[in-house]
Amino acid sequence: MSNEANAAAPDAAPTPPDAAEAHVPDEPRRDFLIKLSLGLGGVAALAVGVPVVSAVLAPLLQKNPQAWRKVGTLTDFPVGSTHLVKFENADPVAWSGVSSESAAWLRRDSETTFTAFSVNCSHLGCPVRWEQGAGLFMCPCHGGIYYKDGSVAAGPPPQGLTQYKIRVNGPHDVELLTAPIPITNITS
Amino acid sequence: MKILRSIWAWLDDRLGISDTLLPLARHPVPPGAKWSYVFGSATLFCLILQVVTGVALTLLYQPTSSEAYKSLQFISHQAVFGRSLRAIHYFGASGMVLMVGIHMLRVYITASYKFPREMSWISGVFLLFLTLAMGFTGQLLRWDSNGVWSAVVAAEQVGRVPVIGTYAARLLLGGDTIGGQSLSRFYSYHTLLFPALLFGLVGFHLYLVLRNGVSEPPVPGRLVDPKTYRQQYQAMLKKVGVPFWPYAAWRDILFGSATIIAIIGLALIYGPPELTQPPSPATIYTNPAPDWYLLPVFALFALMPAKIESVVIFVGPVLTVLVLLALPFMASSGERSPLRRPWAVFGSVCVVVFMVALLRLGLQAPWSPKFDAKALPPTLVHSADPLVLKGAGLFANKGCLYCHLVNGHGGHRGPELTEVGRRLTPGELRIRIVNGGGNMPAYGGVISEKELAAVIAFLETRK
Repeated sequence: MSNEANAAAPDAAPTPPDAAEAHVPDEPRRDFLIKLSLGLGGVAALAVGVPVVSAVLAPLLQKNPQAWRKVGTLTDFPVGSTHLVKFENADPVAWSGVSSESAAWLRRDSETTFTAFSVNCSHLGCPVRWEQGAGLFMCPCHGGIYYKDGSVAAGPPPQGLTQYKIRVNGPHDVELLTAPIPITNITS
Repeated sequence: MKILRSIWAWLDDRLGISDTLLPLARHPVPPGAKWSYVFGSATLFCLILQVVTGVALTLLYQPTSSEAYKSLQFISHQAVFGRSLRAIHYFGASGMVLMVGIHMLRVYITASYKFPREMSWISGVFLLFLTLAMGFTGQLLRWDSNGVWSAVVAAEQVGRVPVIGTYAARLLLGGDTIGGQSLSRFYSYHTLLFPALLFGLVGFHLYLVLRNGVSEPPVPGRLVDPKTYRQQYQAMLKKVGVPFWPYAAWRDILFGSATIIAIIGLALIYGPPELTQPPSPATIYTNPAPDWYLLPVFALFALMPAKIESVVIFVGPVLTVLVLLALPFMASSGERSPLRRPWAVFGSVCVVVFMVALLRLGLQAPWSPKFDAKALPPTLVHSADPLVLKGAGLFANKGCLYCHLVNGHGGHRGPELTEVGRRLTPGELRIRIVNGGGNMPAYGGVISEKELAAVIAFLETRK
């Protein structure tokens, strides 16, 4: 109730146009100027904020392409063998250097089928090693261990190794579809 | 002389040195604070050291994914005093983390966070985490293989945040994968964003010291009562207070300078941490680990029960921050003396023991497979039985030795097997190897029947 009374006060007692000069506060004018300054400040902040916030959020706003990368030819991978293959990420920039490389563990299961595992441990992303003799993947960071099919054998990993898609293109090119670094979520 | 005096008079008038600044420096502080109060200013000394050496390092550093590693090698091996600068910046970071920790413990033990200094504690909590964030992003800027994998590990931790985890991780890396954009972001955080926040918060933290005064050394039985505290504090200052400069400040300056000299001494003796391999995420034969002050966290990740870990990675830090922020409100009045707060002292001791124990474990990393374990030499196998010899070879080849210690050879993850032949029968050994359990993989699908027999024969001779 009292708010309404306050809001109505300037209307009830209209001030003369030369109020400012007469040292009587011209409330509607002051009100307008305050709103104008705050409003303009807001517009300026917004105008700056859009590109700045976009730059911060750019990784989420831009498209993240995937690409088929050749990792070798059929003759490079005898059936049953497991190899570390390196490839370039889908969208390297000119200043990426070697940091835009990724690696995967590629196994040739049969004449025509391959399995490719991410090198990233599902625990905290450290690089797992394939231990040929043991037939296991092992992680140096916290001792996560996976069976040859990528399922968890021991240690802290909450889920198995992520797999990449593999295809044989043309007569003998083995290609891998690039993918984001697998991020393990809290529900895993 | 007269000219100098008139210049001084002009400056003093326009800048308010005598009117505003000197009274600040001479603000009265409680007597008797002595040496336990020097750690906050020592932290500030370290921060200044970090800013100065950090600026010097940016003169040499190339903040791009492709060039950073090369420029680090340049800094470490060619640049004039580059090696020393890197080392001082590293030991300065270590010193800052250490001082911030001791300062916080001191404030907690003397309950200086109580009325009216709650906001000092809260800004201090943010400063603590900013300091750790600076440490982490800083070691990442080395941008060697350890730096790259540190970024991945950080992204995985952020990934545990519910709902937005994957997006947050992507934001941290600057994309789907490590790449050109990753280092630019970490560089910006480490040299611009975090320092800006640090400066603002340090200014606020110091302003609060002037506003609310340095807490007086606690006296058992003298309780903090928000109704009367300020009055009593002012009366005490009027009666026995001494000017901060120079009566208290000399200790701060002495200890701060000694800290910096110690940091430089250590830096010159030990040098900076060695660089590991180039920053390729395809370099997988590497052993990522953080610098010492984050090793306790690293160790915790290995030791936590796997089932709750994904939840703890998120809930743990959130809970820690909330408890720290809530502390001054949960106990804003009452007793301050540690002599009357035995649980607070006990808790502090527990935290320190816990951190030191985790740090020690982190340094040893007994959970990590010992990939360079060599097969047992024949003198230790000590048998002419070809089956036993074959088993000893398989024990190394199958990776058993990575985790099990035999006669001083091998890893520490699993139980030592030097005398396993006394403990377990062949049948029991078979069950354990085939089925695994706990932190041991089930070898049933990995090992053939013949190999299994050889390994068991070998283990049975370990007595």
